[in-house]
Amino acid sequence: MSRVFRITITHSVLIWGVLLMLVPLWLVFASSTHSNSYIYNEGMQWKIGGEFFDNYDRVLNKKGGFTKEITATRIFYNSFIMAFGIATLSVFISMMAAYSLVYFKTKFSTLFFWLIFITLLVPLELRILPSYQIVSDLNLTNSYAGLILPLSASAIATFFFRQYFRSIPDELLEAAKLDGANSWKFFIDFLLPLSKTMIAAMFIFMFVYGYNQYLWPLIMTTSEKYWTVVMGLKMIYGGNSVDRYAYVVLSLLPPVMIIIFLQRLFIQGLFQTK
Amino acid sequence: MKRVQFSSYFTQYFFIAPQLAIILIFLYLPIVQTFRDAFTIQDAFGFGRYFSGFDNFVFVLSDPNYITALKFTLIFIAVITFFSCSIGLLLAVQANNVIHGKSAYKTLLIWPYAIAPAVVGVTANYFFSERLGILYNFFNGLWGFDWYDNVYDAYIYVFIAASWKQISANFIFFLAGLQTIQKSIIEASIIDCKSSFRRFWTITFPLLMPTTFFLIIINITYSFFDTLGIIDTTTIGAPSGETKTLVYKAYIDGFRGLDLGSAGAQSIIMMLIVLVITVFQFRFIEGKIHYN
Repeated sequence: MSRVFRITITHSVLIWGVLLMLVPLWLVFASSTHSNSYIYNEGMQWKIGGEFFDNYDRVLNKKGGFTKEITATRIFYNSFIMAFGIATLSVFISMMAAYSLVYFKTKFSTLFFWLIFITLLVPLELRILPSYQIVSDLNLTNSYAGLILPLSASAIATFFFRQYFRSIPDELLEAAKLDGANSWKFFIDFLLPLSKTMIAAMFIFMFVYGYNQYLWPLIMTTSEKYWTVVMGLKMIYGGNSVDRYAYVVLSLLPPVMIIIFLQRLFIQGLFQTK
Repeated sequence: MKRVQFSSYFTQYFFIAPQLAIILIFLYLPIVQTFRDAFTIQDAFGFGRYFSGFDNFVFVLSDPNYITALKFTLIFIAVITFFSCSIGLLLAVQANNVIHGKSAYKTLLIWPYAIAPAVVGVTANYFFSERLGILYNFFNGLWGFDWYDNVYDAYIYVFIAASWKQISANFIFFLAGLQTIQKSIIEASIIDCKSSFRRFWTITFPLLMPTTFFLIIINITYSFFDTLGIIDTTTIGAPSGETKTLVYKAYIDGFRGLDLGSAGAQSIIMMLIVLVITVFQFRFIEGKIHYN
């Protein structure tokens, strides 16, 4: 095979891949800029229409829901709180847990390890009813705490921090001990600054995870004040209205932008090897 | 494990306490309740609850709808894992070869990772809606595609939606896996073997096995659990329950049907399935992998 031929094949495969990813999004976006009746009669559009500002302004600021008091802006705000809360809390507690698992040796270490990692086998979808029961017993339905707390213990994030800590050479702790650092000082002055990339990657991972939650907010929130973006797809917009096209575009923008702009940090953290 | 460690009990417990507290309250307590629900029957008015042994399990497993959902779930997992892995691998291999425009391709292929399954489902819905959906009309013209009526057409609909979303995740991990393979091994293999196709299957692919193994687990978990949002926004089980996954069925029976016993038994059956798959993979597949 000639070199030119091979390069052509490589690029055409990649371009087909990129089109496979981009074309659906483009059609949704282009359709979101037409008038409602046009989309209703003609279906999805390839070309941009003239209603961009009207449609997006309406979707963001129209008051909806049962009480006619909730705007999409409010829903986006809720999603940000939820995603930010889950990301911050889970990064914090997983890092602490991983520190405890890697840097301390006691008889319970193995038990703790299994208690945390067995949870990978039972994601929320498997225990949705009893989880709802407990959150409702604790009076946490329709609250940010109820949206955040049950999703903020991440075995995956703990696993990544654990792997990362294990890859840090033992000499670091030996040197720190010689300098008189105790377990607190070592965590704050040595591990925290060293783990910056990992913290960023896990934060991005958990933010996207939290933002994209569908089932939990759907069953957890009966008050529209706490509706989130992704569940709003089901609750607010049905059918083929142009408003839903605009809402879909808006709803995928935040996590997609985060992944595009922070992809280097995200990927570096995930595949960090020391 | 570390050779040097700290030995303060207090600090160790202090650091692990928040994580343990959350999983005990929001994970283990619900799991205990799931077991209680699964092995008891509540009377219709919610006053009494009595032990019922395996009655709920017998009830669930003798329901033909459950067996339908079980079969569909297994096919669903296999098809999604196969297609999203293959396409992800194909794109990753090409992106790894390319010299100009590598990072542009990478960005353009990575972003769908961040889209929520439910959003993917709604988008797929536009393509497959009856009157004006582009893919609906295209397939309909080819063989009379109609997912509202035909089981296999409904399969195609959810397979496409669910696989599309997962291509990016596979691409990211395969590309990272390819980049860890040492250049010297590839260069040596170029001297020994002219065919790049054979080189890939005999040298590169075996070296990628740890990544593939990891991704198979990720894809199974994804198709088992995360696709609930896709099913709920695409077919909702159409034509008549054939495209319900086990997770979706448990959710519908538990939340809409309020049948706690059945939902509990279904959850425990699913835990067992996941456990079996995981153990099987570690025993039989991981043993065949060469880590370098």
